[in-house]
Amino acid sequence: MENRVQEEVRIRAEQVSYRYAESGKNAVDNVSMKVKKGEFLAVLGQNGSGKSTLAKLFNALYVPLAGKVMVCGMDTREDELVFEIRQHAGMVFQNPDNQIVATVVEEDVAFGLENMGVEPAQIRIRVDEALRNVGMEGLSHKAPHMLSGGQKQRVAIAGVLAMKPEVIILDESTAMLDPSGRQEVMNTVHRLNEEEGISVVIITHYMVEAATADYILVMDQGKLVLTGKPREVFSRVEQIRSMGLDVPPMTELSWLLRRDGMPVRDDVLTVDEMVEEICRLL
Amino acid sequence: MSLVVDHISHVYMAGGPYETRALDDVSMEIRDGEFVALIGHTGCGKSTLVQHLNGLLKPSSGRVLIDGEDLAGRDVDRRAIRMKVGLVFQYAETQLFEETVARDIAFGPRNLGLPEEEIGKRVREAMEKVGLDYGEIADRSVFELSGGQMRRVAIAGILAMHPEVLVLDEPCAGLDPRGRNGILEIIRKLHREQGTTIIMVSHSMEDVANLAERVVVMDHGRIVMDGAPREVFARGEELRRIGLDVPQGVELVEKLKARGIDLPEGLYRIGDIREAIVQLHRKGDRRAE
Repeated sequence: MENRVQEEVRIRAEQVSYRYAESGKNAVDNVSMKVKKGEFLAVLGQNGSGKSTLAKLFNALYVPLAGKVMVCGMDTREDELVFEIRQHAGMVFQNPDNQIVATVVEEDVAFGLENMGVEPAQIRIRVDEALRNVGMEGLSHKAPHMLSGGQKQRVAIAGVLAMKPEVIILDESTAMLDPSGRQEVMNTVHRLNEEEGISVVIITHYMVEAATADYILVMDQGKLVLTGKPREVFSRVEQIRSMGLDVPPMTELSWLLRRDGMPVRDDVLTVDEMVEEICRLL
Repeated sequence: MSLVVDHISHVYMAGGPYETRALDDVSMEIRDGEFVALIGHTGCGKSTLVQHLNGLLKPSSGRVLIDGEDLAGRDVDRRAIRMKVGLVFQYAETQLFEETVARDIAFGPRNLGLPEEEIGKRVREAMEKVGLDYGEIADRSVFELSGGQMRRVAIAGILAMHPEVLVLDEPCAGLDPRGRNGILEIIRKLHREQGTTIIMVSHSMEDVANLAERVVVMDHGRIVMDGAPREVFARGEELRRIGLDVPQGVELVEKLKARGIDLPEGLYRIGDIREAIVQLHRKGDRRAE
């Protein structure tokens, strides 16, 4: 127990399966993976592939039917560890309007700390720090319903941050935002990952967001079918499409150009990389 | 059918401390059979604008004219207007409520007072248009369906009203790639095969580039650009300044031109960019020989 936080692996799933009560088949089927300290992971998969279920297994919202999930050394099957696990692995959900509970931004961020019984003076410090960390320090007295979607999600992230987590899990947290809101949230979590060393797991349908991760995990029918760096994963254009997913636009273009006989690299992800490839070939 | 928006403004909570001018002197004309994309960041007024197009909201000033008739006019037949202009809301599946798929789709036509036989025919047709199997799904509960299927049911409910203009407010929001592509294909077909006029609010510049013939850009309640995609996307700097972006293909072309590569003007679709690059490459090969 004493070395929990020091462990380099933040989340470890070992042959985990999960099944919903009303269903005849496993929503998550024998999945093994880990999230290391400071890692940025993206989980892709079409609806019903099990990716959100997997995310909920990461912070003990669900408990495995078989196998086990260890969060910072703690087994999610142990009831008495649930609150501690959720402090270490915080989750941000999809709908910005469903996860804000208070009528003032800073009170919302303080909610978890108050429930934990943290001292008021300490709460003040942590709330201010969390709001600063998501770039919302000037809006601490605002009413959440007056904020934009991106700002609301940053408040939700601040609420998680105030708990000093080792891992932040975003379950389609950008799905309901406009492009600038999505960018705000992605910039925020990337900065937390780089500067604070917090591990990040994003569940997303946006391939361009997934392309910014260190690693991608692809789920299909409850199984983990593909893992690798974004370049490795997206270069398998046909396989990705057969699973109802897509590739970033520049990866698609490189695939099309190769079919036309141009020797473009097959692992292009960004516009700048494509510019270099084309300038090299023309 | 002609749809004219004539200098409309809309003020929410007028006179209160939170008074907001959501629309500020907006004018546009939608022509028959057009495919118009409406873009702008959250809060720019685009959802407020589309709710004026079928009389759901009344402008604080100005007029919306359908076939020359003022929507706010005293003796205007609002039911007839809602038949002409169908509006699919954001997350439209949250408004499904009937016991079965068929009953939900039939709700609108039934309210119009159509005979049962006609209602049944329209439900079948609408389901076919959105790619839902009648035999398999008509009698199922809408709540047993996937998110993508529920959204299709919601769209079918509007199509069953036989609208001449279909307005869709972010029809792909929250769907996975397969769900998105399915919905976009339905919209593309309605436009191409039925000639339905489409007004689509979208946050995806890639989707706008692939589908739209005209792009209307809003910012702070005003229309700031209105033109063909190639014209609008050529103003990348301005788009970025108002919190929007250009499709990645447009960014690629901008950067290639800056590096001295001679591409034709007005490219914005991935398929067209591919062709232009392949042609340049072949020319280069011939020169090398």
